[in-house]
Amino acid sequence: MREILIVVPGPGDEAAELTAAARSLGEVRVTAAVFGADEEAAADLAGLCERVVVFPAAPGGVFDGEWAAAALTPWIAAEQPFLVLLAHGNDALDLAPLLAARTDRPMLSDCLEIGLRDGRLVGVRPLHGGKVRARVAAVEAAGYLATVRPGAYPAAAAAAAAGQVVEGPAPTGFSPRREFVGAVAAEAGEVDITQAEVLVAVGRGIEEEENLDLIRSLAEALGAEVACTRPIVDKGWLEKSRQVGTSGRTVKPKVYLAIGVSGSFQHLGGLKGSPFLAAINQDPAAPIFAAADVGIVGDLFDLVPLLEEKIRERRG
Amino acid sequence: MDIYVCVRRVPDTSEVEIEIDRSGRALEEDDFSWDINEWDAYAVEAAVQLKERLGARVTALTVGDEDDEEVLRRALAMGCDQARLLSDDVFAGADSWVTARILAAAMAEPRPDLVLCGAVSADQGRGQVGGFLAGLLDLPLVALATDLQVEEGSARVRHEVSGGVEHLVDLRLPAVVTVQTGLNEPRYVSIRGIRKVAGVEIPVLGAADLGLDPAELQPRVVTEELFPPPQGGGAEILTGSGEEQVERLVELLHEHGGLV
Ligand SMILES: Cc1cc2nc3c(=O)[nH]c(=O)nc-3n(C[C@H](O)[C@H](O)[C@H](O)COP(=O)(O)OP(=O)(O)OC[C@H]3O[C@@H](n4cnc5c(N)ncnc54)[C@H](O)[C@@H]3O)c2cc1C
Ligand SMILES: Nc1ncnc2c1ncn2[C@@H]1O[C@H](COP(=O)(O)O)[C@@H](O)[C@H]1O
Repeated sequence: MREILIVVPGPGDEAAELTAAARSLGEVRVTAAVFGADEEAAADLAGLCERVVVFPAAPGGVFDGEWAAAALTPWIAAEQPFLVLLAHGNDALDLAPLLAARTDRPMLSDCLEIGLRDGRLVGVRPLHGGKVRARVAAVEAAGYLATVRPGAYPAAAAAAAAGQVVEGPAPTGFSPRREFVGAVAAEAGEVDITQAEVLVAVGRGIEEEENLDLIRSLAEALGAEVACTRPIVDKGWLEKSRQVGTSGRTVKPKVYLAIGVSGSFQHLGGLKGSPFLAAINQDPAAPIFAAADVGIVGDLFDLVPLLEEKIRERRG
Repeated sequence: MDIYVCVRRVPDTSEVEIEIDRSGRALEEDDFSWDINEWDAYAVEAAVQLKERLGARVTALTVGDEDDEEVLRRALAMGCDQARLLSDDVFAGADSWVTARILAAAMAEPRPDLVLCGAVSADQGRGQVGGFLAGLLDLPLVALATDLQVEEGSARVRHEVSGGVEHLVDLRLPAVVTVQTGLNEPRYVSIRGIRKVAGVEIPVLGAADLGLDPAELQPRVVTEELFPPPQGGGAEILTGSGEEQVERLVELLHEHGGLV
């Protein structure tokens, strides 16, 4: 039976999704690696997997890619799991390629699907911001590593059979070349978009900072708050507290109107509770239309003023 | 201090229709406009700011062909001291692993104090090359830097971790840092700026120059086929005149509680 190691940096749905991804490969034995998990968290994982290995937490008690790589590399060399799986998030960017290099394994990154062909790992992954997909295959190797996009596999239900919980060794001879200093608190910002029922989200399609007035004015007509994508924050046009996404806020409005937003998975990853999603974008192939409920293909500079006008008319 | 910054030339596909070519493994590139990978522009700016503050020597590296030289010119125009185009027929088909091996070989002499990469490439979206380099060079890694302060042999880096949180870490140099957008404000490069560096010679280094045996350059991941994302299940696309579409949208927004 194939042994699969899932690496779980922190709490969340990751473990259940990774377990589902692992089990999609057929008869497998799943081991979860965690760092400094409490008993309850380890027991939850043991409901999903055949085995849980609890490695000591890194100094500072936070996830640390350097520490995790140092702990996992000898473990993987000794146990030789067929596949090491991680969720494609920020922590994976900090660990997965480093671990693949240290353990000398082919790595498939950000997979929407993983599979086996002739005993080799194959996968499907998005390119060009989701506008095209690639079928990729790893060359033959003793073991593989892959990261799986969050949400690609529906979370596995916990099985009744409890897995075994064991302790993993601390990395030996570890001299930290990277030391945790502290966490940085997110700035509060002037509005709390996480509480808004209606959000108008603006993306790079707006082109110039001055044009944001179009969006502000539309939001005002709707009684909505303005949210945005990351590039708008990077340019300093709106404050960070308005950014929706995996590196911004998680929002759960009733209605989300996305304007000039391509619909990257990092942006949509911040949208929870399946709101009514409407999109205006001039590119009919923009990935936002695959996620939206309704869309208009067209130029926002024509459509937004018209939309505002119609809303104001309707309100009288 | 020697800083290497790895830059990639990528097409802007956000507003063009994507067509898969006859091979089925690549895209028709005729309508593409190309530029430096967004993340790499931030990495170059970070390197150049360190140079201005601390007097480092900054070398820009690209694995590619002669068309990719333009991103190296751009890096020079932004203030990098030198650039190397890593190019060879045997590099064709390089995956991210082979790309990292070639880059690592180009950092053999002088050894780096700091290696800067973008967090991901906009076209391939792999997020691998920086981490592979850290493994190959046996250097510590920090991914997704949003702030970078360097002083005598160490760096303090702010970086994004999961859960919308940022951490501060201290790194002993040499190290590899992958750069997230927003770290700084990449300086504007004018046509004149590019022209100014037109005369700078950019050495082209191949496998032999880098001491690489082509047999070691086998890709570990092969792209077998490209295909369009599955259709269906997506948005209802409104039709009719612009006026009609907008009226319908107002109707739908109202129905779903969007007019507060
Ligand atoms: C680790 C990591 C974390 C990230 N976290 C986040 C995050 O939290 N939030 C986030 O948003 N991004 C995040 N990103 C960035 C993300 O990958 C995308 O780059 C970003 O979401 C794209 O923003 P955008 O849609 O505004 O821009 P683009 O992708 O450039 O899209 C602009 C869109 O506007 C359309 N458009 C242009 N002109 C017009 C017009 N006149 N009328 C109508 N439409 C027009 C275009 O067709 C295009 O679809 C992250 C990336 C990484 C690597
Ligand atoms: N061909 C290349 N030449 C130089 N650097 C590259 C190349 N491809 C990727 N990189 C670097 O690696 C980073 C991550 O790319 P990727 O792993 O493709 O997502 C990029 O932002 C660049 O800094």
